[in-house]
Amino acid sequence: MARGQGAALDRKKLMADPIMVTTIVVLITFLTLFILYPLAILLVDSFVGDGSFGLSIFRRIFAMPSFVRAIKNTLRVGFVVGILSTMVGLLFAYVEVYVRMNRFAGGLFKVVSMLPVVSPPFVLSLSMIMLFGKAGLITRFLLGIYDNSVYGYWGIVIVQTLTFFPVCYMMLKGLLKNIDPSLEEAARDMGAGRWKVFTSVTLPLLLPGLGNAFLVTFIESIADFANPMIIGGSYDTLATTIYLQITGAYDKAGAAAMAVVLLCITLTMFAVQKFYLEAKTAATLTGKASRARMLIEDKSVKIPLTVLCSLGAMFVIMMYICVPIGACFPTWGYKFFPLTGKWFGQVFSKYHGFKAFKDSFILSLIASPITALLSMIISYLVVKRKFKAKGFIEAVSMLAMAVPGTVLGVGYIRGFSGGMFHTGFLQGIYGTGLILIIVFVVRSLPTGTRSGISALRQIDKSIEESAYDMGADSFKVFMTVTLPLIKDSFLSGLVTAFVRSITAISAIILLVTPSYLLITVQINEFAEKGAFSLACAFASILIVITYGAVLLMNLVIKHFGTSKNLKED
Amino acid sequence: MEKVKKGVRLEHISKIYQDPKTGKDFYAVKDTSLTIEPGSFVTLLGPSGCGKTTTLRMIAGFESPDEGEIYLGDEPINELTPNKRDTAMVFQSYALLPHYNVFDNVAYGLKLRKVPREEIKQRVMRILDLVELTGMEGRMTNQLSGGQQQRVALARALVIEPSVLLFDEPLSNLDAKLRVSMRTEIRRIQQEVGITAIYVTHDQSEAMALSDNIIIMNKGVVAQMGTPQEIYYHPVSEFVADFIGEANFLRGTMQKKDGELAELSMDGIPLKVPFREGMAAGEEYTVVLRPEAASLGDQGGLPCRVVLSCFMGSYQNYHVMAGNTLVKLEEHNPKNKKIYQVGDTCSLLFDPASVHVL
Repeated sequence: MARGQGAALDRKKLMADPIMVTTIVVLITFLTLFILYPLAILLVDSFVGDGSFGLSIFRRIFAMPSFVRAIKNTLRVGFVVGILSTMVGLLFAYVEVYVRMNRFAGGLFKVVSMLPVVSPPFVLSLSMIMLFGKAGLITRFLLGIYDNSVYGYWGIVIVQTLTFFPVCYMMLKGLLKNIDPSLEEAARDMGAGRWKVFTSVTLPLLLPGLGNAFLVTFIESIADFANPMIIGGSYDTLATTIYLQITGAYDKAGAAAMAVVLLCITLTMFAVQKFYLEAKTAATLTGKASRARMLIEDKSVKIPLTVLCSLGAMFVIMMYICVPIGACFPTWGYKFFPLTGKWFGQVFSKYHGFKAFKDSFILSLIASPITALLSMIISYLVVKRKFKAKGFIEAVSMLAMAVPGTVLGVGYIRGFSGGMFHTGFLQGIYGTGLILIIVFVVRSLPTGTRSGISALRQIDKSIEESAYDMGADSFKVFMTVTLPLIKDSFLSGLVTAFVRSITAISAIILLVTPSYLLITVQINEFAEKGAFSLACAFASILIVITYGAVLLMNLVIKHFGTSKNLKED
Repeated sequence: MEKVKKGVRLEHISKIYQDPKTGKDFYAVKDTSLTIEPGSFVTLLGPSGCGKTTTLRMIAGFESPDEGEIYLGDEPINELTPNKRDTAMVFQSYALLPHYNVFDNVAYGLKLRKVPREEIKQRVMRILDLVELTGMEGRMTNQLSGGQQQRVALARALVIEPSVLLFDEPLSNLDAKLRVSMRTEIRRIQQEVGITAIYVTHDQSEAMALSDNIIIMNKGVVAQMGTPQEIYYHPVSEFVADFIGEANFLRGTMQKKDGELAELSMDGIPLKVPFREGMAAGEEYTVVLRPEAASLGDQGGLPCRVVLSCFMGSYQNYHVMAGNTLVKLEEHNPKNKKIYQVGDTCSLLFDPASVHVL
């Protein structure tokens, strides 16, 4: 059988659509240049960085005790954080889906699921130090413990668990909601008790989902840079070791090889999660719930679970609230009253706060529409069109999800500081705002693409086909049909990209030059120096900005969302 | 419509798909050649997976044939994208644009063609009148019933005055009653407009009611093509006979030619059927007997025994065993006829002219 003609015709039809072809070419160029190329250059660097091809650089870094320790540390933290986050996430998800809660507890849950979205990822490290550190508000002043150290392994584990469990909670909540209640009712009917139902029905159904949540957190944890940086102390993880290797030891080839090792770990995890677990999750939980679940009213179950979760939620919220309050203490660890606004003042008067906010804000503002539009275009192509390079586009944009920021940062340094392949080509973008914007885009692209794809999958394919059939070309179809139908997803992609960009640090910190002051980098610097009040002041303002952006989005969606009638011209 | 009517011609069209499970290639449509006359209403009929929708989507341009050429009128259209083809499709799921109201949905294709605003208004209103939706133009599509949405989809396809109208099982989402009234409606409008229409369905009564010609497809190839009467009375294969209407298959060996008739022997029971060219003694033949073409009596015909007798209102439904063959038949208007009960022995009667030898 020869499928040649059909393929050739498909190609011809595609070529008859210049806008589509241009879009695809631009996309492929972008993805190759800014995702594949930097990663490829890392590989090249780590094998030939010292002049001859071979494993000498790997041999060298594996001979460093600090590096081997960092690998062990990273995996240990990642493993424990993965398990803890999944467990806490499951508890929250279960309570939310299965137990009748009062409005107070319900509100707490909402806040907890929102917080990690709007806050910079490392804020919890700050509050952890301020509450439980040597001069911690709780440890020293409430409990009178003078030598408590939060720096190190446990500090990272606790902070990362608190930071990442909401992700597990949201994932597992979606899965639990999809379990058909009649399955559990059938088990109850056969005589199983609630605990038995949970262990023999709910848990087995959820198992692939739990594995998924575990791996996602695992990846997040080992890719996390800021928390280990601030609270890790001498406990180095891979991300911080790479950073120090490049900024402290100026060993770029070594850092490249280390980045390759880190990338290999995350890629393996990602591959397992993507190809093995996701398929399994879909297989066990295909059905939609046939009707509403009877919520658990039983007080012996309801009260302990609700109380436990509410306490947990309040603890997390307290950690976040600590940040703006910490910014108001006159002298950290010594004088707490009266509260003062002087640090906020100093942010702007002494530490170029205005420039930092302006730079971060403008760069993120430029990056977010690009990200949102790119991710919608990618999703459209992936879901609705078929062409040869589609697999490539999908694979690379998903690959970016598995690339830790630090790895990307090192890749950009190696790939662009001397121009492409050290030829000077594109060297001009190195050290400019443009490369920062590109990093922002690349870092947020996978999340946007993923949400775009799931939004588009909900739309009947024939709606776009009908427009195409009526005489619209691809561009017209995208503008008049696709985009209006996924407007909500587009808007939230816009804001997510903005928030992720303005709170990003891992890749950025390696690439930023003194001409740009970024808030996150400032916070990191002040936290490193021990100037917690200033770090808190910066962080508080950042939280206000991101929260404002999310509020604005919700308002916009409410007024111009897809439920409203929108007319052309 | 002042346009020249155009037909559609498929020449040796094949489409190959990959089986997602085994990864093997197979023919979804194989070496299919068809000619659809201008202005006619043609139905592609067949069980699911027979290639009918694939054929339609190739005509629309959503799929590209792996072999062969498709012509619209005399123009080869293989290389044209769907938006450049002079066809319009009515989708199974209606595929109305949910963010537009009725008017804008219908006007969409005209706007793309840069038709002046005044003319758009005029043409949309005229079409809405044709599909009996006048006054609904301001409604959002989700405020319409299934039948109304279907009319909007039809109006949207008609308003751009395509050369060919394509229907992809448009009525399968409607309830039974609405389906019947909508199909009369579709036929009326098609004849009023005089447009060439290609209609895909798996519902045989829909195909009968609508079509000038029916094309029966099976496993990617055309099984038979003809008018509804030709296909019903002269099916070319057991598959066609079985797919269109109910059919009994009587198998017998030819004994001798007897004038216009041939005499077969079915398990020893003599069977008289019309003789057709090429029949030879000693060969085995299959005879198609429609349930409504047979009746029961006390004598003459084939001896048989009743195994099911069931009153259905307009007819009495019987299953009888004639030799080793089960025959289903419908005795219409049973009120004044003798009713046989299970276990009765009687005679199976039919006019030799009303059966068909395969």
